[in-house]
Amino acid sequence: MEFIYEVEGGNFIKAGNASSAVKKTLKQLNVDPKIVKRTVVALYEAEVNIVAHAYRGSITVNINARSIRIILDDDGPGIPDIELAMRQGYSTASPKVREMGFGAGMGLPNIKKNVDELNMSSIVNKGTKVEMITYL
Amino acid sequence: MSKQQIYHALKVDNNICYGCTHCMSVCPTDAIRINEGKALILKKRCVDCGECLKACPVDAIYVEQDDWDNIFDYECRVALVPAVFTGQFPTSISEEEIFSMMKELGFTHVFQAEFMVDVLNELLDGQIQRKPEKPLISTFCPSVVRLIQVKFPSLIDHIASVKPPVDASTAFYRKLLAAQGIPEKQIGIFYITPCAAKIAAIKGIGKDGEAVINGVINMSYLYNKLYTRIKNSKKEMRQLPVLPHLSSKAIQWSLTRGEADNMKGNCLAVDEIHNVIEFLEHLEDEDIPKVDFLELRACDQGCAGGVLLHGNRFLTVERMKRRAKQLGSENGHVNWKDHKDIIEDKDLFISKVNPLPAMTLDEDFAEALKKMERIRNLMCYLPGIDCGACGSPNCQALAEDIVQGKANLSNCVFLQRMMEKSNKLSSEHAIRIIEKTWGKDRLSKDCKKLGAKNEGM
Repeated sequence: MEFIYEVEGGNFIKAGNASSAVKKTLKQLNVDPKIVKRTVVALYEAEVNIVAHAYRGSITVNINARSIRIILDDDGPGIPDIELAMRQGYSTASPKVREMGFGAGMGLPNIKKNVDELNMSSIVNKGTKVEMITYL
Repeated sequence: MSKQQIYHALKVDNNICYGCTHCMSVCPTDAIRINEGKALILKKRCVDCGECLKACPVDAIYVEQDDWDNIFDYECRVALVPAVFTGQFPTSISEEEIFSMMKELGFTHVFQAEFMVDVLNELLDGQIQRKPEKPLISTFCPSVVRLIQVKFPSLIDHIASVKPPVDASTAFYRKLLAAQGIPEKQIGIFYITPCAAKIAAIKGIGKDGEAVINGVINMSYLYNKLYTRIKNSKKEMRQLPVLPHLSSKAIQWSLTRGEADNMKGNCLAVDEIHNVIEFLEHLEDEDIPKVDFLELRACDQGCAGGVLLHGNRFLTVERMKRRAKQLGSENGHVNWKDHKDIIEDKDLFISKVNPLPAMTLDEDFAEALKKMERIRNLMCYLPGIDCGACGSPNCQALAEDIVQGKANLSNCVFLQRMMEKSNKLSSEHAIRIIEKTWGKDRLSKDCKKLGAKNEGM
């Protein structure tokens, strides 16, 4: 089953809408509350990343009997050095974003911690693609 | 799997209910359907918040209470009164007057439900320090506890294990009376409840443990009984009993911020059920900064907004604050510390709270997945108007009811028109479907209905 959500860059008021919708779905599907929580925390983090850094993006969620596979695809500045971005505490967020409580440099490490598989690819000045998989 | 029996105090009087959609559309857990012209409360989903009762235009939803005469089954008849009860009376009527009138009505003892607040406050502070799951969520409001069981099972570990004041105070008084030599069987403790949730919580216990509270009396019932008596009595004839005064903190405990203002650490208070749900959604997503303690109440203004309270909730809060100020400096004559030896752990701590998830489509994941796919398909056809004319609260809920085998696509009045247009449904059949949901003759002319020209005649 596939779900698609659009994400608007720069709109923090709507950040989290996709995560909330996915959470509701997973709860209805009677997925283990611990897995729901992990998945939603990771997705929320990734969704906010699009809002904070990119111009626009889409989230595609695929749920089947074996796994929850989420792909976040954005049009944005891209990440020049993914390895560096994965480091805890590293952040490129603007002061405006930090003021709102985001951008502490915990995002990507937190995502990695909460999913079973994390794949990232990025092209500078074009965008970033994140794939996260949680096995059921 | 064994079916868990859940007690609910909210009932629908089928003689009064005329099948409108008010209760169904306000229910925060989508727990109401209309069938054969009457509202039906789904027990698994109901959290006893009382929103339906507040919304009902004809008072068809009521809170079941124990028979008043039940108090006379006991020789020692204790009324356990929460502070919001006295808060409804004008401040010109003293607590002593109110309580002495209760004795005239038949109670032999009157005690305050918030008596144990100081002990519980200390215990909660201790749990805030120790518990790894932050924030700690208060057990004060039983509707909130049930909401977490039903809708937010992943947050269950956040719930404190300290009993709410009513339960702890009851346990304490029972022992205090027993220590005075009154046989256990003669003690009948009756809680004067401000809401349906407290009743459900009290009646829900007792599977393993002994019933701590013997019965429940609705606050509105007692208020009427008492106020009539106060209005019609001569003041000088009354004997005023001396009471254990509550501290100012205890009086305000059941109001919004009553707990949060007295806990150590970062404390937050949220009241009103929809606000609580919104906040718990955020908490589940972990997009909330560090909070140590969460006070959550189903009613706006805390217990002052309880469905069984007679007065305006804002005025009640105001009166209680004034009472608290008057009594603030005085100390009660029953001090729990003098009775430390009779208090046991089981009087102060609740047993484990279990999840009772009611929002899932199926216990089996693969089956749930299939059902969800069907729902998404059905949603392509349903109009998304959320009118409730099918008897389910919204299109999504109808789709869920269809896949659960509890409704049909033809329950939708708009799809009926589409089916009639393509000759898949006769108009007689369509009327029969509507009558099944809304009752026979529901669409016939009736000038006595609410708002019609002969209303009330």
